[in-house]
Amino acid sequence: MGMTLGEKILARASGKIMVKPGEIITAKVDLCMTNDATTHLSIDIFEQKLKAEKVFDPQKVVLIIDHNVPAESAQTAEVHKKMRQFSQKHHLPFYEGAGICHQIMVEDFIVPGQLIVAADSHTCAYGGLGALGTGVGCTDFTSVLSTGELWLMVPETLKFDLEGNFKSGIYARDLILKIIGDIGANGANYKIMEFGGSAVKKLTLDDRIVLCNMAVEAGAKSGLIEPDEQVVDYVQAAGRQVRDLFKSDEDAVYEMIYRYTLDELEPMVAQPHFVDNVVPISKIGEVTIDQGFIGSCNNGRIEELRVAAQILKGQKIDPLVKLLISPASKRVFRQALDEGLIDIFVAGGAMVLNPNCSVCWGGCQGVIGEGETLISTGTRNFKGRAGHADSRVYLASAATVAASALTGKITDPRRFVR
Amino acid sequence: MRKEFAGRVWRLGDDIDTDIIIPTQYLALETVEDMKKYVFNPLRPDLAELIRPGDIIVAGKNFGCGSSREQAAEILAALKLSCIIAKSYARIFYRNAFNNGLLLLENNELYDLCQEGDDLSVNLENRQVLLGERSFSVASVPDDLWQMLEAGGLVPLMRKRNAQ
Repeated sequence: MGMTLGEKILARASGKIMVKPGEIITAKVDLCMTNDATTHLSIDIFEQKLKAEKVFDPQKVVLIIDHNVPAESAQTAEVHKKMRQFSQKHHLPFYEGAGICHQIMVEDFIVPGQLIVAADSHTCAYGGLGALGTGVGCTDFTSVLSTGELWLMVPETLKFDLEGNFKSGIYARDLILKIIGDIGANGANYKIMEFGGSAVKKLTLDDRIVLCNMAVEAGAKSGLIEPDEQVVDYVQAAGRQVRDLFKSDEDAVYEMIYRYTLDELEPMVAQPHFVDNVVPISKIGEVTIDQGFIGSCNNGRIEELRVAAQILKGQKIDPLVKLLISPASKRVFRQALDEGLIDIFVAGGAMVLNPNCSVCWGGCQGVIGEGETLISTGTRNFKGRAGHADSRVYLASAATVAASALTGKITDPRRFVR
Repeated sequence: MRKEFAGRVWRLGDDIDTDIIIPTQYLALETVEDMKKYVFNPLRPDLAELIRPGDIIVAGKNFGCGSSREQAAEILAALKLSCIIAKSYARIFYRNAFNNGLLLLENNELYDLCQEGDDLSVNLENRQVLLGERSFSVASVPDDLWQMLEAGGLVPLMRKRNAQ
Protein backbone atom coordinates (compact mmCIF):
# COMPACT_ATOMS: atom_id res chain seq x y z
CA MET A 1 0.00 0.00 0.00
CA GLY A 2 1.41 3.37 -0.99
CA MET A 3 1.48 6.59 0.98
CA THR A 4 0.11 10.04 0.31
CA LEU A 5 2.29 13.14 0.29
CA GLY A 6 1.10 14.01 3.80
CA GLU A 7 1.83 10.52 5.13
CA LYS A 8 5.35 10.67 3.67
CA ILE A 9 6.08 13.97 5.39
CA LEU A 10 4.76 12.66 8.71
CA ALA A 11 6.72 9.40 8.33
CA ARG A 12 9.92 11.35 7.70
CA ALA A 13 9.26 13.70 10.63
CA SER A 14 8.65 10.80 13.01
CA GLY A 15 11.62 8.74 11.80
CA LYS A 16 9.46 5.97 10.37
CA ILE A 17 9.49 4.20 7.03
CA MET A 18 5.72 4.14 6.89
CA VAL A 19 2.73 5.59 8.70
CA LYS A 20 -0.99 4.88 8.37
CA PRO A 21 -4.07 6.99 9.10
CA GLY A 22 -5.14 6.70 12.73
CA GLU A 23 -1.61 6.03 13.97
CA ILE A 24 -0.36 8.38 16.67
CA ILE A 25 3.18 9.59 16.12
CA THR A 26 5.62 11.88 17.86
CA ALA A 27 7.01 14.14 15.17
CA LYS A 28 10.03 16.42 15.19
CA VAL A 29 9.06 19.77 13.72
CA ASP A 30 11.26 21.54 11.19
CA LEU A 31 9.99 25.00 12.07
CA CYS A 32 7.61 26.62 14.49
CA MET A 33 6.11 30.09 14.36
CA THR A 34 3.96 32.25 16.59
CA ASN A 35 2.39 35.70 16.22
CA ASP A 36 1.04 38.47 18.41
CA ALA A 37 -2.44 36.97 18.73
CA THR A 38 -1.27 34.54 21.42
CA THR A 39 2.53 34.64 21.87
CA HIS A 40 2.24 36.55 25.16
CA LEU A 41 0.33 33.58 26.56
CA SER A 42 2.93 31.13 25.26
CA ILE A 43 5.76 33.15 26.79
CA ASP A 44 3.94 33.13 30.16
CA ILE A 45 3.50 29.36 29.99
CA PHE A 46 7.11 28.86 28.88
CA GLU A 47 8.70 31.08 31.50
CA GLN A 48 6.36 30.96 34.48
CA LYS A 49 4.65 27.61 34.35
CA LEU A 50 7.17 25.37 32.60
CA LYS A 51 10.12 27.34 33.99
CA ALA A 52 11.88 26.49 30.75
CA GLU A 53 15.10 28.30 29.95
CA LYS A 54 15.93 27.43 26.37
CA VAL A 55 13.96 27.03 23.21
CA PHE A 56 14.65 23.71 21.45
CA ASP A 57 16.48 25.33 18.52
CA PRO A 58 16.70 29.12 18.03
CA GLN A 59 17.10 28.65 14.25
CA LYS A 60 13.73 26.96 14.05
CA VAL A 61 11.54 29.36 16.03
CA VAL A 62 10.09 32.42 14.29
CA LEU A 63 8.24 35.26 16.04
CA ILE A 64 6.09 37.56 13.89
CA ILE A 65 4.07 40.61 14.87
CA ASP A 66 1.32 40.84 12.27
CA HIS A 67 -2.12 40.76 13.86
CA ASN A 68 -2.35 44.14 15.57
CA VAL A 69 0.40 46.14 13.96
CA PRO A 70 1.03 48.97 14.51
CA ALA A 71 -0.30 48.54 18.05
CA GLU A 72 -3.76 50.02 18.54
CA SER A 73 -3.65 50.04 22.36
CA ALA A 74 -1.24 50.13 25.26
CA GLN A 75 -2.19 46.52 26.04
CA THR A 76 -1.16 45.39 22.57
CA ALA A 77 2.06 47.41 22.80
CA GLU A 78 2.88 45.39 25.94
CA VAL A 79 2.30 42.15 24.03
CA HIS A 80 4.64 43.34 21.29
CA LYS A 81 7.28 44.40 23.81
CA LYS A 82 7.17 40.98 25.40
CA MET A 83 7.69 39.30 22.01
CA ARG A 84 10.56 41.64 21.12
CA GLN A 85 12.30 40.93 24.42
CA PHE A 86 11.77 37.19 24.17
CA SER A 87 13.17 37.07 20.63
CA GLN A 88 16.24 39.08 21.70
CA LYS A 89 16.83 36.93 24.76
CA HIS A 90 16.67 33.69 22.77
CA HIS A 91 18.19 35.05 19.52
CA LEU A 92 15.15 34.19 17.40
CA PRO A 93 14.21 35.42 13.91
CA PHE A 94 11.78 38.26 14.58
CA TYR A 95 9.56 40.36 12.30
CA GLU A 96 7.44 43.35 13.15
CA GLY A 97 5.16 44.93 10.57
CA ALA A 98 6.91 43.14 7.70
CA GLY A 99 3.79 41.30 6.67
CA ILE A 100 1.33 38.56 7.53
CA CYS A 101 3.07 35.68 9.27
CA HIS A 102 2.21 33.05 6.64
CA GLN A 103 3.39 35.21 3.77
CA ILE A 104 6.70 35.87 5.57
CA MET A 105 7.12 32.15 6.24
CA VAL A 106 6.57 31.42 2.54
CA GLU A 107 8.99 34.17 1.47
CA ASP A 108 11.77 33.42 3.96
CA PHE A 109 11.53 29.91 5.44
CA ILE A 110 9.36 27.24 3.85
CA VAL A 111 10.80 24.42 1.72
CA PRO A 112 8.91 21.37 0.43
CA GLY A 113 8.66 18.37 2.74
CA GLN A 114 8.92 20.28 6.01
CA LEU A 115 6.60 19.85 8.97
CA ILE A 116 5.71 23.24 10.42
CA VAL A 117 3.68 23.87 13.56
CA ALA A 118 2.44 27.35 14.31
CA ALA A 119 0.08 28.96 16.77
CA ASP A 120 -2.24 30.06 14.00
CA SER A 121 -4.98 28.14 12.26
CA HIS A 122 -4.01 29.18 8.71
CA THR A 123 -0.61 27.49 8.94
CA CYS A 124 -1.98 25.00 6.42
CA ALA A 125 -1.07 27.60 3.73
CA TYR A 126 2.43 26.09 3.35
CA GLY A 127 0.91 23.12 1.54
CA GLY A 128 1.10 25.33 -1.54
CA LEU A 129 4.85 24.62 -1.47
CA GLY A 130 4.44 20.94 -0.59
CA ALA A 131 5.18 21.47 3.12
CA LEU A 132 2.85 20.28 5.85
CA GLY A 133 1.81 23.14 8.12
CA THR A 134 -0.71 22.76 10.90
CA GLY A 135 -2.11 25.13 13.48
CA VAL A 136 -2.08 24.55 17.23
CA GLY A 137 -3.02 26.45 20.36
CA CYS A 138 -0.43 28.07 22.57
CA THR A 139 -0.08 25.16 25.01
CA ASP A 140 0.83 22.77 22.22
CA PHE A 141 3.00 25.50 20.75
CA THR A 142 4.84 25.97 24.03
CA SER A 143 5.50 22.27 24.35
CA VAL A 144 6.98 22.37 20.81
CA LEU A 145 8.99 25.44 21.78
CA SER A 146 10.68 23.54 24.58
CA THR A 147 10.92 20.05 23.08
CA GLY A 148 10.78 20.48 19.28
CA GLU A 149 8.25 17.66 19.17
CA LEU A 150 4.50 17.22 18.98
CA TRP A 151 2.22 14.19 19.03
CA LEU A 152 -0.04 14.00 16.01
CA MET A 153 -2.56 11.55 14.70
CA VAL A 154 -1.86 10.62 11.09
CA PRO A 155 -4.95 11.91 9.29
CA GLU A 156 -6.94 10.44 6.45
CA THR A 157 -6.46 12.30 3.17
CA LEU A 158 -9.17 13.64 0.88
CA LYS A 159 -8.13 14.13 -2.73
CA PHE A 160 -9.44 16.96 -4.86
CA ASP A 161 -8.79 16.28 -8.54
CA LEU A 162 -8.86 19.51 -10.48
CA GLU A 163 -9.26 19.55 -14.25
CA GLY A 164 -9.70 22.26 -16.86
CA ASN A 165 -9.00 25.99 -16.74
CA PHE A 166 -10.40 28.99 -14.90
CA LYS A 167 -12.52 31.14 -17.14
CA SER A 168 -11.93 34.87 -17.18
CA GLY A 169 -13.03 36.48 -13.90
CA ILE A 170 -12.82 33.21 -11.91
CA TYR A 171 -9.97 32.52 -9.51
CA ALA A 172 -8.58 29.97 -7.05
CA ARG A 173 -10.47 31.87 -4.38
CA ASP A 174 -13.78 30.99 -6.07
CA LEU A 175 -12.74 27.36 -6.32
CA ILE A 176 -11.87 26.97 -2.63
CA LEU A 177 -15.09 28.73 -1.57
CA LYS A 178 -17.01 26.34 -3.86
CA ILE A 179 -15.25 23.32 -2.34
CA ILE A 180 -15.87 24.46 1.25
CA GLY A 181 -19.50 25.15 0.38
CA ASP A 182 -19.81 21.63 -1.02
CA ILE A 183 -18.11 19.65 1.75
CA GLY A 184 -19.05 21.94 4.67
CA ALA A 185 -17.16 23.67 7.47
CA ASN A 186 -16.25 20.30 8.99
CA GLY A 187 -16.18 18.33 5.73
CA ALA A 188 -12.46 17.68 6.13
CA ASN A 189 -12.32 17.65 9.94
CA TYR A 190 -9.00 16.16 11.19
CA LYS A 191 -8.06 15.34 7.57
CA ILE A 192 -5.62 16.50 4.93
CA MET A 193 -7.02 18.05 1.75
CA GLU A 194 -4.70 17.19 -1.11
CA PHE A 195 -5.24 19.10 -4.35
CA GLY A 196 -4.11 17.33 -7.50
CA GLY A 197 -5.10 16.66 -11.09
CA SER A 198 -3.96 18.16 -14.36
CA ALA A 199 -5.14 21.69 -13.51
CA VAL A 200 -2.87 21.99 -10.47
CA LYS A 201 0.29 22.16 -12.60
CA LYS A 202 -1.13 25.26 -14.27
CA LEU A 203 -1.92 26.99 -11.01
CA THR A 204 0.50 29.67 -9.89
CA LEU A 205 2.18 29.44 -6.51
CA ASP A 206 -0.12 32.18 -5.20
CA ASP A 207 -3.16 30.17 -6.35
CA ARG A 208 -1.88 27.05 -4.62
CA ILE A 209 -1.43 28.93 -1.37
CA VAL A 210 -4.99 30.29 -1.69
CA LEU A 211 -6.34 26.71 -1.88
CA CYS A 212 -4.26 25.26 0.96
CA ASN A 213 -4.63 28.26 3.28
CA MET A 214 -8.43 27.86 3.45
CA ALA A 215 -8.30 24.09 4.16
CA VAL A 216 -8.80 24.81 7.86
CA GLU A 217 -12.15 26.43 7.03
CA ALA A 218 -13.32 22.93 6.10
CA GLY A 219 -11.82 21.69 9.39
CA ALA A 220 -8.68 20.19 7.81
CA LYS A 221 -5.43 19.52 9.61
CA SER A 222 -3.67 20.74 6.49
CA GLY A 223 -3.90 21.33 2.75
CA LEU A 224 -1.23 19.97 0.42
CA ILE A 225 -0.13 20.10 -3.21
CA GLU A 226 2.74 18.07 -4.66
CA PRO A 227 5.71 20.36 -5.18
CA ASP A 228 6.85 20.74 -8.80
CA GLU A 229 9.46 22.73 -10.71
CA GLN A 230 7.65 25.97 -10.09
CA VAL A 231 8.03 25.46 -6.34
CA VAL A 232 11.66 24.37 -6.67
CA ASP A 233 12.46 27.46 -8.75
CA TYR A 234 10.79 29.75 -6.22
CA VAL A 235 12.53 28.21 -3.22
CA GLN A 236 15.95 28.20 -4.91
CA ALA A 237 15.55 31.77 -6.12
CA ALA A 238 14.93 32.70 -2.48
CA GLY A 239 18.29 31.10 -1.65
CA ARG A 240 17.04 27.98 0.06
CA GLN A 241 18.05 24.37 -0.56
CA VAL A 242 15.38 21.94 -1.70
CA ARG A 243 15.47 18.70 0.26
CA ASP A 244 12.50 16.33 0.11
CA LEU A 245 10.30 16.46 -2.98
CA PHE A 246 7.73 13.93 -1.83
CA LYS A 247 4.91 12.86 -4.11
CA SER A 248 1.87 10.71 -3.39
CA ASP A 249 2.31 7.12 -4.55
CA GLU A 250 0.18 5.79 -7.41
CA ASP A 251 -1.44 3.35 -4.99
CA ALA A 252 -1.83 5.84 -2.11
CA VAL A 253 -5.13 5.44 -0.28
CA TYR A 254 -7.56 8.36 -0.13
CA GLU A 255 -10.65 8.38 2.02
CA MET A 256 -12.52 10.12 -0.78
CA ILE A 257 -11.79 11.59 -4.19
CA TYR A 258 -13.67 14.67 -5.38
CA ARG A 259 -13.51 15.99 -8.94
CA TYR A 260 -13.84 19.59 -10.01
CA THR A 261 -13.82 21.04 -13.51
CA LEU A 262 -12.57 24.61 -13.29
CA ASP A 263 -14.37 25.73 -16.46
CA GLU A 264 -17.71 25.10 -14.76
CA LEU A 265 -17.14 27.57 -11.92
CA GLU A 266 -18.68 30.98 -11.52
CA PRO A 267 -17.72 33.64 -8.99
CA MET A 268 -18.63 32.37 -5.53
CA VAL A 269 -19.65 34.25 -2.37
CA ALA A 270 -19.77 32.98 1.23
CA GLN A 271 -22.68 34.65 2.99
CA PRO A 272 -22.89 35.52 6.69
CA HIS A 273 -22.09 33.96 9.12
CA PHE A 274 -20.38 30.77 7.93
CA VAL A 275 -17.59 30.09 5.46
CA ASP A 276 -19.57 27.16 4.06
CA ASN A 277 -22.69 29.25 3.40
CA VAL A 278 -21.60 29.61 -0.21
CA VAL A 279 -23.66 30.57 -3.26
CA PRO A 280 -22.76 31.43 -6.86
CA ILE A 281 -22.88 35.18 -7.39
CA SER A 282 -25.90 34.84 -9.68
CA LYS A 283 -27.93 33.74 -6.64
CA ILE A 284 -26.80 36.51 -4.28
CA GLY A 285 -29.54 39.05 -5.09
CA GLU A 286 -29.21 42.72 -4.22
CA VAL A 287 -26.73 43.22 -1.36
CA THR A 288 -25.60 46.77 -0.60
CA ILE A 289 -22.14 47.05 0.97
CA ASP A 290 -20.52 49.59 3.27
CA GLN A 291 -16.95 48.38 3.00
CA GLY A 292 -14.67 46.22 0.89
CA PHE A 293 -11.40 44.62 1.97
CA ILE A 294 -8.63 43.13 -0.15
CA GLY A 295 -5.85 41.47 1.80
CA SER A 296 -5.22 38.66 4.34
CA CYS A 297 -3.05 35.54 4.30
CA ASN A 298 -5.52 34.10 1.84
CA ASN A 299 -5.80 36.78 -0.78
CA GLY A 300 -3.40 39.70 -0.36
CA ARG A 301 -0.59 38.62 -2.69
CA ILE A 302 0.58 40.33 -5.87
CA GLU A 303 -1.67 38.37 -8.21
CA GLU A 304 -4.81 39.35 -6.32
CA LEU A 305 -3.65 42.97 -6.20
CA ARG A 306 -3.13 42.90 -9.97
CA VAL A 307 -6.62 41.54 -10.49
CA ALA A 308 -8.08 44.29 -8.29
CA ALA A 309 -6.02 46.97 -10.07
CA GLN A 310 -7.18 45.77 -13.45
CA ILE A 311 -10.79 46.35 -12.40
CA LEU A 312 -10.17 49.61 -10.53
CA LYS A 313 -7.91 51.22 -13.15
CA GLY A 314 -9.28 54.60 -14.19
CA GLN A 315 -12.41 54.09 -12.07
CA LYS A 316 -13.68 55.58 -8.81
CA ILE A 317 -15.24 53.52 -6.07
CA ASP A 318 -18.79 54.26 -4.93
CA PRO A 319 -18.63 57.38 -2.70
CA LEU A 320 -20.57 55.62 0.07
CA VAL A 321 -18.17 52.66 0.15
CA LYS A 322 -14.81 52.37 1.86
CA LEU A 323 -12.30 50.09 0.14
CA LEU A 324 -9.35 48.98 2.28
CA ILE A 325 -6.37 47.24 0.71
CA SER A 326 -3.55 45.68 2.70
CA PRO A 327 -0.77 43.88 0.76
CA ALA A 328 0.26 40.62 2.44
CA SER A 329 3.87 41.66 3.02
CA LYS A 330 6.32 44.49 2.50
CA ARG A 331 7.73 42.64 -0.50
CA VAL A 332 4.27 42.42 -2.01
CA PHE A 333 3.72 46.10 -1.17
CA ARG A 334 6.94 47.14 -2.93
CA GLN A 335 6.16 45.06 -5.95
CA ALA A 336 2.70 46.63 -6.11
CA LEU A 337 4.37 50.05 -5.92
CA ASP A 338 6.81 49.15 -8.70
CA GLU A 339 3.99 47.92 -10.91
CA GLY A 340 1.92 51.07 -10.34
CA LEU A 341 -0.89 49.18 -8.62
CA ILE A 342 -0.85 51.34 -5.51
CA ASP A 343 -1.31 54.47 -7.69
CA ILE A 344 -4.40 52.91 -9.23
CA PHE A 345 -5.83 52.06 -5.80
CA VAL A 346 -5.22 55.52 -4.38
CA ALA A 347 -6.57 57.25 -7.49
CA GLY A 348 -9.66 55.06 -7.33
CA GLY A 349 -10.40 56.13 -3.77
CA ALA A 350 -9.11 53.13 -1.83
CA MET A 351 -7.29 53.34 1.50
CA VAL A 352 -4.00 51.44 1.27
CA LEU A 353 -2.92 50.01 4.63
CA ASN A 354 0.34 48.62 5.93
CA PRO A 355 0.80 44.85 5.58
CA ASN A 356 -0.97 43.10 8.48
CA CYS A 357 -3.93 40.85 9.25
CA SER A 358 -6.08 43.99 9.20
CA VAL A 359 -9.81 43.73 8.54
CA CYS A 360 -9.75 39.93 8.28
CA TRP A 361 -8.95 39.66 11.97
CA GLY A 362 -11.20 42.49 13.09
CA GLY A 363 -8.75 43.59 15.77
CA CYS A 364 -7.06 46.80 14.83
CA GLN A 365 -8.18 48.24 11.49
CA GLY A 366 -11.30 48.80 9.47
CA VAL A 367 -13.73 47.47 12.05
CA ILE A 368 -17.37 47.75 10.94
CA GLY A 369 -20.33 48.95 12.99
CA GLU A 370 -23.82 47.75 13.84
CA GLY A 371 -25.82 46.73 10.79
CA GLU A 372 -22.92 47.33 8.38
CA THR A 373 -21.91 45.00 5.55
CA LEU A 374 -18.39 44.10 4.48
CA ILE A 375 -17.28 42.16 1.44
CA SER A 376 -13.84 40.73 2.03
CA THR A 377 -11.09 38.53 0.67
CA GLY A 378 -10.40 37.51 4.27
CA THR A 379 -10.55 34.02 5.65
CA ARG A 380 -13.68 34.10 7.82
CA ASN A 381 -17.12 35.62 8.06
CA PHE A 382 -18.16 34.49 11.52
CA LYS A 383 -20.70 36.60 13.38
CA GLY A 384 -18.94 39.68 14.71
CA ARG A 385 -15.63 38.73 13.07
CA ALA A 386 -15.08 42.20 11.61
CA GLY A 387 -16.53 44.30 14.40
CA HIS A 388 -20.04 44.67 15.79
CA ALA A 389 -21.87 41.44 16.61
CA ASP A 390 -24.71 42.61 14.39
CA SER A 391 -22.70 43.25 11.24
CA ARG A 392 -22.36 41.09 8.14
CA VAL A 393 -19.32 39.75 6.30
CA TYR A 394 -19.40 38.26 2.80
CA LEU A 395 -16.31 36.49 1.43
CA ALA A 396 -15.37 36.61 -2.25
CA SER A 397 -12.45 36.98 -4.67
CA ALA A 398 -10.40 40.18 -5.01
CA ALA A 399 -12.12 40.72 -8.37
CA THR A 400 -15.57 40.49 -6.83
CA VAL A 401 -14.59 42.82 -3.97
CA ALA A 402 -13.14 45.38 -6.40
CA ALA A 403 -16.21 45.23 -8.69
CA SER A 404 -18.52 45.55 -5.67
CA ALA A 405 -16.60 48.60 -4.39
CA LEU A 406 -17.26 50.31 -7.74
CA THR A 407 -21.01 49.71 -7.72
CA GLY A 408 -21.75 49.75 -3.97
CA LYS A 409 -23.37 46.34 -4.05
CA ILE A 410 -22.16 42.77 -4.51
CA THR A 411 -21.33 42.59 -8.20
CA ASP A 412 -20.22 39.93 -10.67
CA PRO A 413 -16.65 40.92 -11.62
CA ARG A 414 -17.01 39.52 -15.12
CA ARG A 415 -18.72 42.80 -16.02
CA PHE A 416 -15.39 44.54 -15.49
CA VAL A 417 -12.70 41.98 -16.28
CA ARG A 418 -11.10 42.71 -19.62
CA MET B 1 -11.44 14.72 38.20
CA ARG B 2 -14.58 12.71 38.82
CA LYS B 3 -15.82 9.96 36.55
CA GLU B 4 -19.45 10.46 37.60
CA PHE B 5 -21.14 13.81 37.68
CA ALA B 6 -24.35 15.66 36.88
CA GLY B 7 -24.87 19.05 35.31
CA ARG B 8 -27.35 21.51 33.87
CA VAL B 9 -27.50 21.96 30.08
CA TRP B 10 -26.76 25.08 28.06
CA ARG B 11 -27.69 24.24 24.49
CA LEU B 12 -25.81 25.91 21.62
CA GLY B 13 -25.93 25.25 17.86
CA ASP B 14 -23.73 23.87 15.09
CA ASP B 15 -20.38 25.46 14.15
CA ILE B 16 -19.89 27.43 17.38
CA ASP B 17 -16.66 29.16 16.33
CA THR B 18 -13.87 30.50 18.48
CA ASP B 19 -14.76 34.11 17.54
CA ILE B 20 -18.15 33.44 19.16
CA ILE B 21 -16.53 31.89 22.23
CA ILE B 22 -14.25 34.92 22.63
CA PRO B 23 -14.33 37.78 20.09
CA THR B 24 -11.05 39.22 18.82
CA GLN B 25 -11.38 42.56 20.58
CA TYR B 26 -11.18 40.91 24.03
CA LEU B 27 -8.14 38.70 23.37
CA ALA B 28 -5.61 41.20 24.66
CA LEU B 29 -7.36 41.52 28.05
CA GLU B 30 -4.90 40.65 30.72
CA THR B 31 -6.51 37.71 32.47
CA VAL B 32 -8.90 34.90 31.74
CA GLU B 33 -11.13 36.32 34.46
CA ASP B 34 -11.44 39.54 32.42
CA MET B 35 -12.14 37.60 29.24
CA LYS B 36 -14.74 35.33 30.87
CA LYS B 37 -17.22 38.22 30.94
CA TYR B 38 -17.38 38.15 27.13
CA VAL B 39 -17.76 34.41 26.56
CA PHE B 40 -20.22 33.70 23.71
CA ASN B 41 -20.79 37.45 23.50
CA PRO B 42 -21.84 37.78 19.82
CA LEU B 43 -24.34 34.93 20.17
CA ARG B 44 -25.53 34.84 23.78
CA PRO B 45 -24.17 37.73 25.86
CA ASP B 46 -26.36 36.55 28.77
CA LEU B 47 -24.43 33.30 29.21
CA ALA B 48 -21.38 34.85 30.87
CA GLU B 49 -23.55 35.72 33.88
CA LEU B 50 -25.59 32.53 33.86
CA ILE B 51 -23.07 29.69 33.49
CA ARG B 52 -22.17 28.08 36.82
CA PRO B 53 -19.41 25.62 37.69
CA GLY B 54 -20.53 22.08 36.89
CA ASP B 55 -22.80 23.11 34.00
CA ILE B 56 -22.61 21.22 30.70
CA ILE B 57 -22.64 22.76 27.23
CA VAL B 58 -24.38 20.62 24.64
CA ALA B 59 -23.81 21.59 21.04
CA GLY B 60 -24.14 20.40 17.46
CA LYS B 61 -21.39 19.65 14.96
CA ASN B 62 -17.97 21.30 14.61
CA PHE B 63 -17.79 23.01 18.01
CA GLY B 64 -14.75 25.28 18.32
CA CYS B 65 -14.13 25.76 14.62
CA GLY B 66 -12.08 28.66 13.33
CA SER B 67 -9.14 30.37 14.92
CA SER B 68 -6.54 28.53 17.01
CA ARG B 69 -6.88 31.12 19.80
CA GLU B 70 -6.37 29.09 22.94
CA GLN B 71 -8.18 31.70 24.99
CA ALA B 72 -11.40 30.00 23.81
CA ALA B 73 -10.56 26.70 25.50
CA GLU B 74 -8.92 28.44 28.44
CA ILE B 75 -12.05 30.48 29.19
CA LEU B 76 -14.36 27.47 28.94
CA ALA B 77 -12.04 25.57 31.29
CA ALA B 78 -12.01 28.54 33.67
CA LEU B 79 -15.82 28.49 33.76
CA LYS B 80 -15.38 25.05 35.38
CA LEU B 81 -17.86 23.34 33.09
CA SER B 82 -18.13 19.61 33.88
CA CYS B 83 -17.73 18.92 30.19
CA ILE B 84 -18.93 19.79 26.72
CA ILE B 85 -20.94 17.24 24.75
CA ALA B 86 -21.10 17.99 21.02
CA LYS B 87 -21.74 16.07 17.83
CA SER B 88 -18.16 16.83 16.76
CA TYR B 89 -15.29 19.26 17.40
CA ALA B 90 -12.83 21.18 15.27
CA ARG B 91 -9.39 19.63 15.69
CA ILE B 92 -7.37 22.57 17.04
CA PHE B 93 -10.01 23.29 19.67
CA TYR B 94 -10.12 19.61 20.61
CA ARG B 95 -6.41 19.62 21.45
CA ASN B 96 -6.62 22.99 23.18
CA ALA B 97 -9.48 21.83 25.41
CA PHE B 98 -7.70 18.73 26.73
CA ASN B 99 -4.48 20.73 27.02
CA ASN B 100 -6.40 23.04 29.38
CA GLY B 101 -7.98 20.23 31.36
CA LEU B 102 -11.43 20.55 29.79
CA LEU B 103 -13.28 17.30 29.07
CA LEU B 104 -14.93 16.96 25.65
CA LEU B 105 -17.37 14.15 24.87
CA GLU B 106 -19.02 13.29 21.58
CA ASN B 107 -22.55 12.12 20.98
CA ASN B 108 -24.62 12.45 17.85
CA GLU B 109 -28.17 12.20 19.24
CA LEU B 110 -28.21 14.01 22.57
CA TYR B 111 -28.15 17.50 21.04
CA ASP B 112 -31.34 16.94 19.07
CA LEU B 113 -33.22 15.51 22.05
CA CYS B 114 -32.18 17.68 24.97
CA GLN B 115 -33.33 21.16 25.93
CA GLU B 116 -31.70 24.03 27.70
CA GLY B 117 -32.04 23.61 31.47
CA ASP B 118 -32.23 19.79 31.33
CA ASP B 119 -30.21 17.88 33.89
CA LEU B 120 -27.73 15.33 32.62
CA SER B 121 -25.90 12.60 34.52
CA VAL B 122 -22.61 11.49 33.08
CA ASN B 123 -20.92 8.23 33.98
CA LEU B 124 -17.54 7.85 32.30
CA GLU B 125 -16.96 4.35 33.75
CA ASN B 126 -19.84 2.90 31.80
CA ARG B 127 -19.55 5.61 29.09
CA GLN B 128 -23.13 6.80 29.43
CA VAL B 129 -24.95 10.09 29.58
CA LEU B 130 -28.43 9.98 31.11
CA LEU B 131 -31.21 12.41 30.23
CA GLY B 132 -34.15 11.32 32.38
CA GLU B 133 -34.78 7.73 31.34
CA ARG B 134 -32.86 8.00 28.10
CA SER B 135 -29.29 6.89 27.82
CA PHE B 136 -26.70 8.11 25.31
CA SER B 137 -23.32 6.52 24.78
CA VAL B 138 -19.99 8.35 24.64
CA ALA B 139 -16.55 6.98 23.76
CA SER B 140 -14.10 6.21 26.54
CA VAL B 141 -11.48 8.85 27.24
CA PRO B 142 -8.02 7.47 26.28
CA ASP B 143 -5.67 7.01 29.25
CA ASP B 144 -3.18 9.61 28.06
CA LEU B 145 -5.86 12.25 27.79
CA TRP B 146 -7.34 11.25 31.15
CA GLN B 147 -3.95 11.72 32.79
CA MET B 148 -3.80 15.16 31.24
CA LEU B 149 -7.28 16.02 32.56
CA GLU B 150 -6.35 14.78 36.03
CA ALA B 151 -3.22 16.90 36.05
CA GLY B 152 -5.27 19.92 34.95
CA GLY B 153 -3.84 20.12 31.45
CA LEU B 154 -0.68 19.56 29.43
CA VAL B 155 1.51 22.11 31.19
CA PRO B 156 0.85 20.82 34.73
CA LEU B 157 1.40 17.30 33.36
CA MET B 158 4.75 18.29 31.84
CA ARG B 159 5.79 19.94 35.11
CA LYS B 160 4.81 16.84 37.03
CA ARG B 161 6.82 14.66 34.64
CA ASN B 162 9.80 17.02 34.69
CA ALA B 163 9.80 16.89 38.49
CA GLN B 164 9.84 13.08 38.54
